[in-house]
Amino acid sequence: MRDGVRELLARRFGPRELRDAVERPGHLDRGLWRELGAAGFFALRLPESEGGVGLGLPEAVLAFEEAGRALLPGPLVATHLAAGRVPGAAEGHAVVTGPLGGLVEWLGEADVVRGDTAGAVPLRSVDPLTPLHRLPAAGAPDLVAVLLTAAEQLGSAGRTCELAVQHARTREQFGRPVGAFQAVQHLCADMLVRTRTARAAVHAAAVTAGPADVHAARLLADEAAVRGARDCLQVHGGMGFTWEFEVHLHLKRAWIRTRRAGPATESEELMAAALLEKED
Amino acid sequence: MDLTHTPEEVEFRARLRAWLAGVLPALPPPPPPEDWPGRRAYDLGWQRRLYDAGYGDVHWGASPTVRLIFLEETERAGAPYVGACFVGLLHAGPTIAAEGTETQRERWLPPILRGEEVWCQGFSEPDAGSDLAALRTRAHRDGDHYVVNGSKIWTSHAEVADWCELLVRTDPGAPRHRGISWLAMRMDAPGVTVRPLRTLAGSTEFAEVFLDDVRVPVAHRVGAENDGWRVTMVTLSFERGTAFAGEVVACRRVLRELAAEARRTGRWDDPALRRALGGLHAEFRALWRLTQWNVGEAERGGGVPGVTGSVLKLAYSHARQRLYDTAAEVLGAQALDLDRPWVLDRLSSLSYTIAAGTSQIQRNIVAERILGLPKGR
Ligand SMILES: Cc1cc2nc3c(=O)[nH]c(=O)nc-3n(C[C@H](O)[C@H](O)[C@H](O)COP(=O)(O)OP(=O)(O)OC[C@H]3O[C@@H](n4cnc5c(N)ncnc54)[C@H](O)[C@@H]3O)c2cc1C
Repeated sequence: MRDGVRELLARRFGPRELRDAVERPGHLDRGLWRELGAAGFFALRLPESEGGVGLGLPEAVLAFEEAGRALLPGPLVATHLAAGRVPGAAEGHAVVTGPLGGLVEWLGEADVVRGDTAGAVPLRSVDPLTPLHRLPAAGAPDLVAVLLTAAEQLGSAGRTCELAVQHARTREQFGRPVGAFQAVQHLCADMLVRTRTARAAVHAAAVTAGPADVHAARLLADEAAVRGARDCLQVHGGMGFTWEFEVHLHLKRAWIRTRRAGPATESEELMAAALLEKED
Repeated sequence: MDLTHTPEEVEFRARLRAWLAGVLPALPPPPPPEDWPGRRAYDLGWQRRLYDAGYGDVHWGASPTVRLIFLEETERAGAPYVGACFVGLLHAGPTIAAEGTETQRERWLPPILRGEEVWCQGFSEPDAGSDLAALRTRAHRDGDHYVVNGSKIWTSHAEVADWCELLVRTDPGAPRHRGISWLAMRMDAPGVTVRPLRTLAGSTEFAEVFLDDVRVPVAHRVGAENDGWRVTMVTLSFERGTAFAGEVVACRRVLRELAAEARRTGRWDDPALRRALGGLHAEFRALWRLTQWNVGEAERGGGVPGVTGSVLKLAYSHARQRLYDTAAEVLGAQALDLDRPWVLDRLSSLSYTIAAGTSQIQRNIVAERILGLPKGR
């Protein structure tokens, strides 16, 4: 599954397509959406009897990790959750969106809207790859949506760590690769530690699907993605601050994803409250 | 640190405050980030008004205390930021004031103060960023001119600059630090090509500058030939030690605005957010004291700030990033809206740990040059 998605995205959403997408904000590639559908990205957890792939959350998490790595645009989580409920969603024929943490992504481009988006106000999105509307109030987050978002964050964290390491190996200053300086090595090492730790949390949550595991995964994956993008930017020096280099897209998307499950403080409160419950 | 003020200083503050209260309400809003000609005109226009009102010389002529009062009052009143005048007023100008000849000071300083000329900084090159002394842009003598070939990168304001403080290699045979010279180059000289670069905030704040047989009069060299590295250290001392002083005050204003906004929206009820704002308040008060100390110290040290500038630069860059991360906490989901205040500032704050020397380089400087630890490379 994971290799299939990675291969599809490498072929259909490589650096050139990414650049094109950035220059055409608000436009979604429907052909790619259908190919994702055909590859089972949306129907993954739908039982075979209902025309789905019949896999579970652990596999879905791997697929969403790949999407996060590639910066794949679109309301992926909402469409995935709509498979089997909204005609055409599973096959990638319909683009489905809905409220997530007081925001709606891709409202203008969606064929179907699930949930209450009354009073949605467009805003000038910080991320050129995610059109946004703001809602007057935020509903309670769906646990699967929280987990799949964490998986995307994890993929992004893995990617920014790789980019940083690649650059540290090849960029030379003072007659040696900048990765030979411990200050840079330590930035990269911390990126890996955060990513690995977040991965353990996300994969465990995919197996248990328990609220504490899911919210723990969310907190760690948010941190790994946001700090990973920032450290990757730092390792790239001036180049990291440019529009052309992809790291800003990782950071901006990661910022948006940190809002999908509502404020992080709510997850922290939930984790704190769980300390007083009977041990699981 | 002397925190008391003379009657003249108290009078200066009152006069400036009254003047600002009179002129600011009538000032048009600043042009949008993409409108460079507009921004140039706006920033120069503001400097001109300051000059006409008798505040032109605060950057070099006045005492450090008067300069600090000026920064406090202008920021507090919400006066325009130096903007395109940054390099000229805050590090090229001070370098020329400290190292230039009488003729050079007379040629270049008054137009900066009168808001007539914009400067940019041509130091970094594609292969010479942190390792600035690796710069390869060549200048060879041809009579009373240098002929310059090479390229510069990340040159802020290059699109609208009249002059560039340019580092060139005048002796390729000498050890790296001993073959560099500091030149003032006209940006409209034949052979200068500017290719704007887009930042992650969307606008073209900096550029690549290609130099192709550009002729620069030898008389435009500041400092001795091949002594440019020493002059560069002077420029960097101003850039790191005192150029951010106004911004530190501005951050204190932003903190007050954030607190007011949090009160307005109810976010103030979140104790974690309140404490984050409180912590930042403590930090920026301290940074302002450190700035005052640095400016005073620079004055005692013959006008040039010392290596302690790296302490301020390092602490300030990170504090600024935390400030705008906290602004995002105040804004909540609206932190994703580019039309909200502070959102673009949050994006640009990301450059603070890179521009003017990365945080890693500042830490090396603090460790090696202040603490005297062995060189790690
Ligand atoms: C917004 C912005 C505006 C700028 N404006 C100007 C300008 O007007 N004029 C100008 O001349 N320059 C300007 N710069 C350039 C800036 O000075 C350089 O980007 C900076 O010095 C870093 O150089 P670099 O980009 O080549 O990164 P590199 O030097 O390649 O650094 C890459 C990474 O390696 C690390 N590193 C390198 N050497 C060491 C070491 N010895 N020890 C530990 N870590 C190390 C760095 O910290 C960084 O994380 C600007 C940059 C930005 C972002």
